[in-house]
Amino acid sequence: MKTIKSGTVASESLARSPERSNRSGHLVHEDCEHRATQPAARAVGAFIEVKNVWQEYGDQVVLERLNLSINEGEFCTLVGASGCGKSTFLRLLLGQERASRGEILLGGEQLAAEPDSSRGVVFQRYSVFPHLTVLDNVAIGLELPRSKLLGRLFGAAKREAREQAAVILKKVGLGHALDKYPSQLSGGMQQRLAIAQALIMKPRVLLLDEPFGALDPGIRKDMHGLLLELWHETKLTVFMVTHDLSEGFSLGTRLLVFDKTRIDPHAPNAFGARITYDIPLNSDRRATRAAVEALPAHIAGNLQPAL
Amino acid sequence: MRLINRHPDRSGRLLLILLPFALLLFAYFAGSAQRLADNPNDKLLPSASQMAAAVDRLAFTEDKRSGNYLFWQDSAASLTRLAMGIGIAALAGLCLGIAAGIIPLFGAPLSPLLTVLSMVPPLAILPILFIVFGLGELSKVMLIVIGITPILARDLEQRAREIPQEILIKAQTLGASTWTLILRVVLPQLLPRLLIALRLVLGSAWLFLIAAEAIASTDGLGYRIFLVRRYMAMDVILPYVVWITLLAWLMDLGLRQTTRLCFPWYEGAKA
Repeated sequence: MKTIKSGTVASESLARSPERSNRSGHLVHEDCEHRATQPAARAVGAFIEVKNVWQEYGDQVVLERLNLSINEGEFCTLVGASGCGKSTFLRLLLGQERASRGEILLGGEQLAAEPDSSRGVVFQRYSVFPHLTVLDNVAIGLELPRSKLLGRLFGAAKREAREQAAVILKKVGLGHALDKYPSQLSGGMQQRLAIAQALIMKPRVLLLDEPFGALDPGIRKDMHGLLLELWHETKLTVFMVTHDLSEGFSLGTRLLVFDKTRIDPHAPNAFGARITYDIPLNSDRRATRAAVEALPAHIAGNLQPAL
Repeated sequence: MRLINRHPDRSGRLLLILLPFALLLFAYFAGSAQRLADNPNDKLLPSASQMAAAVDRLAFTEDKRSGNYLFWQDSAASLTRLAMGIGIAALAGLCLGIAAGIIPLFGAPLSPLLTVLSMVPPLAILPILFIVFGLGELSKVMLIVIGITPILARDLEQRAREIPQEILIKAQTLGASTWTLILRVVLPQLLPRLLIALRLVLGSAWLFLIAAEAIASTDGLGYRIFLVRRYMAMDVILPYVVWITLLAWLMDLGLRQTTRLCFPWYEGAKA
């Protein structure tokens, strides 16, 4: 157990988060099943529930005994050493892989076993379609679900889809590049495009797999601003895998640290990673958001411009 | 300066492009003049005027027996067969390649099958084609199709596999079904690759065409070449070979330009 290391982190999170006592604590204990004894508000309305999830590939255990409940609208950042299962966990949430054991519930229902439009995703690379212009890259998200046969809209419907796409592209700062192909965009602009593309579907969950890992520090900062702005405006629940610890702390409302708690030097694959720290962060932001959500719908609607 | 660092300038490049062709022509006509000086009836290396006369006879004079212009009739017949063969093969190769490369349940049985089938030498089964499809147009077209489809299919399967998994997942999160995913994401990305693959198999397609025409046909460029071989009519054979080469080169150029015009995103996306 790494209780010594956790000391500094814990005191920091304590200072920043007066409501820490509401949570089960920053250190996830072995008996995770006891999380059920949390305050009623959390137990009833948990948006995403991860119940005793294991992921194994043959002999190799990647994740073991994950238990987690996530409220709607949380911004979870996932950090940890390379190869400790953060991305695997994200793939489970995405439906790209199925858990070997356990189950993941989304809004009370079993998570669909394949990727679908309820969960948007942005990868580090290859997130956008190289053969479509910036505008069509986003408009295709409106075309595919509406046209089952051709995957393509025509006439007025197509114009409308493109207008909607243009609005969201302006919002992410790509209004000037609608007719360009992704290969003509810089890395940062491509990721902006990928985010716009994911948001046009109005997903309930946005999964980000090291989305800014390949970007320059300056551009990364711009992207953080953009992401937080979009998160404030929508009711999105975000999961973001990152290698950048400071990014994880500054963006998230909840930081999940993945690490192996048990290591057998003779069989390095025998034990999987678990969530060793679960740290509430940026409580001011979460509180603001909760307050906005508590407002009557007609007022809140004005505060949250529809995307 | 090291050789590897020396680049030809603009005019120098043009000169270097033309030089080998000029040398070849010079060597040919020097040899031809030499042989014709020794023996005016020599048929092996005809002179330019002899070839021009042959072309004039075949291309710009009505054939006395049939009343056709044989050169153009041959060209039309061959190009029709080639176009049909390549068209069918492209369509089949595209469908098989996508099915094998994108849909795992189809790829499992198709992939090994295509590998084995592409090893069958098409000319070895030409007699079977003649037995099954008769000596008409169908068997010639089928030889081209059978000859190049497995190559196209295997190449496109490979290219389809190279489409990043992320792209396919992204499309699914945007609400694509398997069918619309193929239609809107996979197919458009494979079309430029199909054109490139076609450029590479163009040579084989011509080979199979000429072979089929040589064995069983009554017209076509390959038929004519093999027909006049009996009279050692090099003055006909050589212009025909040059014409076939020119046609093949033009097709290659056409495919290259089509790729550039229709898929402007492709050049950049490769990098």
